Amino acid sequence: MISQNLLLAIVLAPLLGAIIAGLFGRQVGRAGAHTVTIAGVGVACALSFYVLHQLVWGAAEPFNQNVYTWFDVGGYSAHVGFMVDRLTAMMMVVVTFVSLLVHVYTIGYMAEDPGYQRFFSYISLFTFSMLMLVMSNNFLQLFFGWEAVGLVSYLLIGFWFKRPSAVFANMKAFLVNRVGDFGFLLGIGCVLYYFGSLDYAFVFENTHLVDGRTMPLLGDREFQVVSVICLLLFVGAMGKSAQVPLHVWLPDSMEGPTPISALIHAATMVTAGIFMVARMSPLYEMSEFALSFILFIGATTAFFTGLIGIVQNDIKRVVAYSTLSQLGYMTVALGASAYSAAVFHLMTHAFFKALLFLGAGSVIIAMHHEQDMRYMGGLRKKMPITWITMVIGTLALIGTPFFSGFYSKDAIIEAVKHADRPFATYAYWCVLLGAFVTAFYSFRLLYLTFHGKPRYKVEAHHGHADHHDDHHHTPGVLAHAPHESPWVVTLPLILLAIPSILIGYFTVGPMLFGDWFGTAIHVNDANNTLAEVGSHFHGPAAFALHAFATPVFWLVVAGFGLATFVYLFRPQLAEASRRALAPLVKVLENKYYVDAFYQAVFARGSLLLGRGLWKGADVAVIDDGLVNGSAKLVGRVAALVRRAQTGFLYHYAFAMIVGLLVLLGGFVWYANR
Amino acid sequence: MDLIVDNLELIAFYAFAGLCLASALAVISVRNSVHAALFLVLTFFSAACTWLLARAEFLGIALVLVYVGAVMVLFLFVVMMLDVRTEKLREGFIRYLPVGIVVAVLMLMQMVVLIGVRRMSGIGLADIPGKDFSNTEAVGMKLFTDHVFGFEIAAVILTVAIIAAIALTLRRRAGTKHQDIGEQVRVKASDRVRIVKMPSEGKPEVRQ
Amino acid sequence: MISLAHYLVLGTALFCISVAGIFINRKNVIVLLMAIELMLLAVNVNFIGFSRFLGAIDGQVFVFFILTVAAAESAIGLAILVVLFRNRSTINVAELDDMKG
Repeated sequence: MISQNLLLAIVLAPLLGAIIAGLFGRQVGRAGAHTVTIAGVGVACALSFYVLHQLVWGAAEPFNQNVYTWFDVGGYSAHVGFMVDRLTAMMMVVVTFVSLLVHVYTIGYMAEDPGYQRFFSYISLFTFSMLMLVMSNNFLQLFFGWEAVGLVSYLLIGFWFKRPSAVFANMKAFLVNRVGDFGFLLGIGCVLYYFGSLDYAFVFENTHLVDGRTMPLLGDREFQVVSVICLLLFVGAMGKSAQVPLHVWLPDSMEGPTPISALIHAATMVTAGIFMVARMSPLYEMSEFALSFILFIGATTAFFTGLIGIVQNDIKRVVAYSTLSQLGYMTVALGASAYSAAVFHLMTHAFFKALLFLGAGSVIIAMHHEQDMRYMGGLRKKMPITWITMVIGTLALIGTPFFSGFYSKDAIIEAVKHADRPFATYAYWCVLLGAFVTAFYSFRLLYLTFHGKPRYKVEAHHGHADHHDDHHHTPGVLAHAPHESPWVVTLPLILLAIPSILIGYFTVGPMLFGDWFGTAIHVNDANNTLAEVGSHFHGPAAFALHAFATPVFWLVVAGFGLATFVYLFRPQLAEASRRALAPLVKVLENKYYVDAFYQAVFARGSLLLGRGLWKGADVAVIDDGLVNGSAKLVGRVAALVRRAQTGFLYHYAFAMIVGLLVLLGGFVWYANR
Repeated sequence: MDLIVDNLELIAFYAFAGLCLASALAVISVRNSVHAALFLVLTFFSAACTWLLARAEFLGIALVLVYVGAVMVLFLFVVMMLDVRTEKLREGFIRYLPVGIVVAVLMLMQMVVLIGVRRMSGIGLADIPGKDFSNTEAVGMKLFTDHVFGFEIAAVILTVAIIAAIALTLRRRAGTKHQDIGEQVRVKASDRVRIVKMPSEGKPEVRQ
Repeated sequence: MISLAHYLVLGTALFCISVAGIFINRKNVIVLLMAIELMLLAVNVNFIGFSRFLGAIDGQVFVFFILTVAAAESAIGLAILVVLFRNRSTINVAELDDMKG
């Protein structure tokens, strides 16, 4: 059975670890910090598995209960409560499992960092926040988790706060997320206004309250309430899950340490938006318009951010753009009403993308925090475990049949193919071509990093001890030869590689085409694209074999072949084609100028606005005008009046007499009027 | 002759009023402050006479007694006590004379217009009280019944004024010798006699 | 017959004379004090006139009060004058501008 105490233990164990490591880090020391946090997350992970087991095999009922009244205000009372069904349980398992592995991995990755305890505290805090987010049974707690993960993400991107680029990146992430969160908050406000409650259960059972209702917006044009709510909530998801045009923060977030790139910016936090939309499926199903919008945004993200990944040289940024692209796939699945496929891809992606990030991190450790792939190459023999796990991750990512990524991605593409709503065709082509792009940049990464000739030099005298502080050493010059990372780094890689291969095969049947999620996800019959795909489903093996007859597979093969040809056999061809396609490459390298546009319009604009308000409103009007101005006015008037104050008695007497004269004159005038 | 007898009161009023105004003019224009004070006495005196004509006998007498007898003497006393050189104080007298005249005349015209002399001339007198009517008694009755609190306040004001005037002008000159009886009474032996201990005459100290 | 207007005009004339006195004797404090006494006298004349012609004795009571206050005022004024002269050896108003801030 699932009890309240069990769920509280899952949530509070990581929080306890975070508190101990964060507030008493000096007392418990480095080993103490990682021991308590790993213990906390380990407990949460084990209990999450237990909860999942209970729900799937133990025939436990989904849990939905308030555990604590947060506050009562007006007629509304906010609760802290848990809603645990299979969707939540799956998310809990993914979050705690990846988090646990990342904790272990961090021992190796951050070994020499002075902020060791702080880092452990943050990632445990993140685990707590993410669990609060996914286990919430109401919108307010969801928003709490939403903001809490955003906060931890901010803290972790700026973990190396002495680097200006990290500070810029975390500021950027924070600001871009504010845009999304603003929409999210408005959406929650709309829900409260139209439903009178923020409880999931109440809202989902009473969707008729908004059915067909309209609200005036933008003047007196009437909009469907449910569409407005869904779009606003999705704006939040766009921020959190880095969808175009709010995607700009995710690549920059790679300034943070690699473990959190894996945990937060690949596996868990960025998928919060996907999870949220899937959770809200009863609402989204009511708004065809919102789903079309989601489809369009997701498709655009999936294809165009993937293209940017091709021209990146930073190993982590390639993976980051890959993450963007995959998040786009998930969003497309949401837009096609294939919520199960989105969540399924979320799960498989969490494993193989965490694997890729941690693998990239392993490479970065070996390269002494050099992240530029142009100075790598030939690492295959030096670090075989990293290499083989990266290959597995890559194969899963590009959707090689039988690998987990294949099932989820192919299901999405098939679902989009069957979708029947605006932008479905556009989305189909985007995800189809996206598969080619994915294969191309993934193998480019593999080849540049692990194959070919080494493009770095080893100079023993080169300073090594200070590599955390000084990242601007001569590129491509290493102090030691690269070697395989310690077991704390490789173990998580191996543990992630296993589900990256297998989990799709074993879960695709029940999760996608069975009724695995039960009531957690609601799909209208008319929109049920997955059911159509499922009608052709005859077991995972057959599904995989069928792939060889689909265009997706051949596009992937084409991408693989092209990458192999260009980067493995004809490296000089890469440069040549780069020159030949210079304008296109330039556009891609500048990320379609979105960043530049934001920088120029919003950042510069707000700076100008701020400066204008500062100089114009604050300094000129308020300071000089109102504050100093009134003081100056008083001063001037006083200076004038002071001249009348001679101090001579008779002057005052004269003034009185003149006043009397005037007064009498007034009386005379009044009397003779 | 009848005309004069009938209008004797009016003639007397004009005479006293004219004297009053003339002496007032003299007050503000004479060079010597002593003369000015004396003219002020005359002004007050003639004003008191016009008050008598208005059957305000008590106040008329009081004005003469209080003002002429006390305040004006005070003025004279001060003027004479202070050795004031009047030449300097009269600087600008001629310069300001036209302004003063203009202002005064202007004000006079305004006030006369406001009073409306023609209209006022029509206002008749109240009944002249009988022979056994005593103005002093009437004022006293009013003063000690309806206005008793005001009277007491006036008394307090006068007391305060006396204390203030004394406090302002009283000064102890340094070096003057005077008796303080209280101090003499309070004195103790220890204040007067000081017992000094001295070494007895022993062996003279030998200096080395 | 003496009318109210007679007394009012007498008071007005006295008042205007004292105003002129303040203007032209602006440096001599003693004469200034005298002019103020004249002003008070003018007011008293008004009171007496109205008291008489309204047949109400209250006006005379107020004259009594005014006399009291005027006596107090001139006593204190002269005392200040004495102190002033003692400290400054002058009563020239043109040299007294301590009221200037």
